[in-house]
Amino acid sequence: MSEEYSVEIVNPEKSFLSKDDVTEVVVPAFEGEIGILKDHISIISFLKPGIIKIFSKSGEESFYVNDGIIEFKNNNLSILTSLILNLKDIDKEKISEIQKSAEEELNKSEISDQEKYLLDQKVEVLKSIN
Amino acid sequence: MASLDDLKKRISSVKSTQKITKAMKMVAAAKLRRAQESAEKGRPYSDKMNNIILNLSNGISDIENAPKLLSGTGENKVHLCVVMTSDRGLCGGFNTNIIKKAKLYFQKILDEGKTLKIITVGTKGYDQLKRAYSEYIIERMSFKDSKNVNYFDADKVGKIIIDKFEKKEFDVCAIFYNQFKNVITQIPQEQQIIPLNNSEKEENSSEDNYEFEPEEDEILANLLPKNISTQIFKAMLENSASEQGSRMSAMDNATRNAGEMVDKLTIEYNRSRQAAITKELIEIISGAESL
Repeated sequence: MSEEYSVEIVNPEKSFLSKDDVTEVVVPAFEGEIGILKDHISIISFLKPGIIKIFSKSGEESFYVNDGIIEFKNNNLSILTSLILNLKDIDKEKISEIQKSAEEELNKSEISDQEKYLLDQKVEVLKSIN
Repeated sequence: MASLDDLKKRISSVKSTQKITKAMKMVAAAKLRRAQESAEKGRPYSDKMNNIILNLSNGISDIENAPKLLSGTGENKVHLCVVMTSDRGLCGGFNTNIIKKAKLYFQKILDEGKTLKIITVGTKGYDQLKRAYSEYIIERMSFKDSKNVNYFDADKVGKIIIDKFEKKEFDVCAIFYNQFKNVITQIPQEQQIIPLNNSEKEENSSEDNYEFEPEEDEILANLLPKNISTQIFKAMLENSASEQGSRMSAMDNATRNAGEMVDKLTIEYNRSRQAAITKELIEIISGAESL
């Protein structure tokens, strides 16, 4: 039996990526990273800023996401996100730009703990990429 | 009858107007194709989002404690209407149709004695509404400077709406936009986004058992604000496709009308020229005869 399933990443502008030969996807879920293999139980979760790793026959790919929701059902993984960047052709300037605005946001006083947590994460992940 | 010179001037002025409308039609056609493409590309996101929310709201057992964005405030007194129009004119009935639809709704709300609040997105909507409803308009926005419809603009509108909802400034929110059907038809739409109207909830109640991480209500609380922005984004995409389609057919009509006018004026011009020649001939002949 094959160990592959399909994944689709959509952002508001378009369908970003769609693959049928994926063996494992690791997503930065809100409460920690989740690795999803074939025949995983149906799950809905949302993402914190982080790296999505997609392992397939053709190799490994990594993407940075800002936020998102994942839904896994019948061996179909959908990832909805407002901002996604492929780590391969990423632009350093863009990363620093996002990082800067996140840091500025972090310095504001009136943010909630949850927002603070998310922003902290964001800055950390971005630093690790750069 | 107008003199020959006047007619000539009119013909050339109509012709140059025709050139403009023709060019505008071409531009609109090119933009329409792009707008249509992005509207189609944007659909999977909002469809999937809807699906997930549907699944989630089915999973919620405790209706009482459901997030307010889903179930509403329990009251129905203050209505917020987001009227989405274009920033430019010369697009046929595009803006008028939305405004007409929105005004009907406003009237209904006011007749029922409820409070009305309006947010206009796009300058043309504001221009048309400010005369009759200026005391109700609480916010006006325009994304004239954005070249393309983008999610961040939609998110801005969404955040304002949610902000106002959290401050309990309204109970029900509806958006007005044109749905793009084809180049000739655009259907003005009224869509309620808060509370979320799940009419298909019954038929679609699937028996899938999802695992949720974290809990359903926490996911929903995070998801619903995003859904608002997504709905607005969808409306913006539909609107921009509709605007270009509407402009294209309006300019097509204008070009055709200008063509007809040129034909008519040319005939008139030729007739009066002929009349002048005949008159001159008669004068010459009668002058020769009298000798």
